[in-house]
Amino acid sequence: MNIIEAKGIEKVYDEDKVPVHALNGIDLNITEGEFTAIVGPSGCGKTTLLNILGGLDHPSKGIVHLANTDITSMSDSHLIDFRLQNIGFVFQAYNLIPVLTVRENIEFIMLLQKADKVERHLRSSEMLEQMGIADKASKRPSELSGGQQQRVAVARALASKPKFILADEPTANLDSKSTAQLLDIMAEMNRKEQTTFVFSTHDQRVIDRARRIVRLDDGIVVDDHVAEHA
Amino acid sequence: MIVKLAWRNIWRNRRRSFITVTSISFAVILALFMRSMQLGSYERMIDNAARFYTGYAQIHANGYWDDQTLDNSMEFDSTLMSEVDGMKGVEITVPRVESFALASYGSKTKGAAVLGIDPLREEQLTRVKSKLISGKFLEDGDKGVLISEGLASYLKMGIGDSLVLLGQGFQAMTAAGLYEIQGILKFPIPAQNDQTVLMNLSGAQFLFSMEDRITSLALVIESSDDVDPVVTDLEQRLDTAAFEVLGWRELMPELIESIEIDNVSGRIMLFFLYLVIGFGMFGTFLMMTQERKYEFGVLISIGMKRRLMQWVVFLEMALMSGIGVLTGVAVALPFLIYFYRNPVYLSGESAEAIEKFGVEAAYFFSLDAEIFINQAWAILIMALILGFYPLLVIFKLKPVKAMRES
Repeated sequence: MNIIEAKGIEKVYDEDKVPVHALNGIDLNITEGEFTAIVGPSGCGKTTLLNILGGLDHPSKGIVHLANTDITSMSDSHLIDFRLQNIGFVFQAYNLIPVLTVRENIEFIMLLQKADKVERHLRSSEMLEQMGIADKASKRPSELSGGQQQRVAVARALASKPKFILADEPTANLDSKSTAQLLDIMAEMNRKEQTTFVFSTHDQRVIDRARRIVRLDDGIVVDDHVAEHA
Repeated sequence: MIVKLAWRNIWRNRRRSFITVTSISFAVILALFMRSMQLGSYERMIDNAARFYTGYAQIHANGYWDDQTLDNSMEFDSTLMSEVDGMKGVEITVPRVESFALASYGSKTKGAAVLGIDPLREEQLTRVKSKLISGKFLEDGDKGVLISEGLASYLKMGIGDSLVLLGQGFQAMTAAGLYEIQGILKFPIPAQNDQTVLMNLSGAQFLFSMEDRITSLALVIESSDDVDPVVTDLEQRLDTAAFEVLGWRELMPELIESIEIDNVSGRIMLFFLYLVIGFGMFGTFLMMTQERKYEFGVLISIGMKRRLMQWVVFLEMALMSGIGVLTGVAVALPFLIYFYRNPVYLSGESAEAIEKFGVEAAYFFSLDAEIFINQAWAILIMALILGFYPLLVIFKLKPVKAMRES
C-alpha cells in the first residue's frame, strides 16, 4: 500500500522575480515499510521534495497524497494537525528543545497528541532503551554528543508512532561511529515496527544502507532503483 | 509542560531576560516615584487646605455657601453638635462665626476677616496655637483678640494695644467694639496673614448681634476616606431644607481645579515615560523573536499548533512582565515608605520662592494603594500589548522559510 503518492510535483521559487525551478515534475510513490534514500548533488531539490512530502511547503503544481489524504488542498492548521498525527521529522541539526530534558523531548510530540502521562512515560522509556540512551533521560540536549542528540531526535520522531519518518540529511553532522549506530537503530525500527523511512542524503554511508534509492538531478528523478543488498 | 516550557524558556537566555525584566522594573520604579510624588503633593495640599481652615466638611444653614452673609447663619444647636461629634469617622466639630469688619488703630484702617472660634476645638482642626508668635493664646472667657502679623504691622499695633472693629452685624445691626490685642499670629499664606482677627466665639456673637448663632460648623474627620460616608450620613440625618452639608471638594473648588489641571500634565508626562520605556521593551521582544524564528519553524514543523506556541510565548511575556512589575514595586516600596515618612524639604531661595505662593516647599510622597495598582497594571498591560509582536510573527510564520533564513 502506498503511504506517499506524489504526482507531477513542480516547485518554482520567487515566481514574481527571477523564477528558480527547484522541482520539475516529480512522480514518486513510497509504500509502507520502505527504507528509501533520496539522493543527488547539492541543489538538486532533495530538501524541497522532502518539505513538500512532509506538508511543510506547497508545490507550485502537482498533488501529494499521504496515507490516502490529499494534503495539497489542506489549510495550514489542518496540515499542522496532520503532520502531528502522521509524520515524524528528523533534521540535520537535531532541533531538540534545549530547555527540556531528553525524556521530555521524546514525550513532547506525544504530549501535543494529548497522550496520557502513563502512556508517554512507557513509550519514552521504551524509546530510551532502544536508542541506548536510557542513562541520559534527565540530561539536557546540550549535555549530549551530536550522535546522542540525533538519537533523541529519532526517538522523538518515533515515539508518537507516525505513519512515516522524513529525515533530512540526518547524518550530515555525525562521525562514522555515530552514523553507523544511528543507521542500525533506524534499520532495526524499520524491521521491527515496519516504520517507513525516507531520507534525503548525499552521505554514501546512508545510501549503502537504503533499500531503495531515488536519484534526483535538476529537480527531476533520474534514477529510481532497489538497492542490490535489499 | 506548557508552563514548564515557558518558565524554562525565560531562563534560557539569562542576559536577554534580565534586560527585559530590568527595563520593566525600571519603568515601574520611575512611574511609581513620579505618581507617588505627584499624588503625595496633592494629598498634602488638600490636607493643608482642610487643616488650614475649611476642615474636610462643613455644615451651614441652607444657602450660606452661595451667599456668605450673617443673615444666612444658623442657630448654634449644642445637641446637633454633640450628635455630629458622636458620629463614626468624626473626630470633633468646630463652630465658627465668620464675617468682615473694618479694623482700625490710630489713623490706620483696614478690612479684616473676623473669626469667632472655640479655642480648644479650633486648635484640633487648624493647630492655630502654633502660629502664635507673641502674646497669649485665646482661652474661654478671654475678651481680647488675636491679630495676624501682617495686619498688626500695617496698623502698627502691638500686644496690649486696643483695636477698633466696625462692621455690620446680623440683620443689619451695627457691629462695633474695642478689643485689646492679646496675641499676634503668623500665617504662611499672605492673604490670611494680612487680614485676620481671631476672638472667642461668644465675643464674635456679641459683636455681630447674633447670640446663639454661628455661620458654620467645620468637621475634623479621622481620615479623608471617611469624608464621603460622613457627608452622606449627615445629609440623611439633617433636614436638608434647613441645612447644607459640604465636603472638601465643594469647599475648595479652586484647589481641586488646579490639582486636576496639574494632574493632566502629570499624566502626559507619564504617557511619554511609558512611550520611551515601551520602545526599550519592544527592542528586547523584537530581539527575542528574531532569535527564535528558527525554533518556531521547527516546532510548527513537528506539529505544534501556532495557537499553543503563541500561548507559550504569551506566558513567557506575562511571566517576565509579572516578575518585572513585582521587582519594580519591591525595589520602589522601601524608598517610597522612607520618603513618605521623611518628606524632602527644600531650603534657600527655591524654598522661599515656593513659599511665596503659600505652598509648602517640600516634596511629599503618597502610599495610596491605587498608585501601585494603576502603575503595575499600566506597565503590565503595555508589556502584554508589546508581546503581541511575537504572537503576530508566529501567526504569519512560514516554517520552511523561517528555518532556511535562520
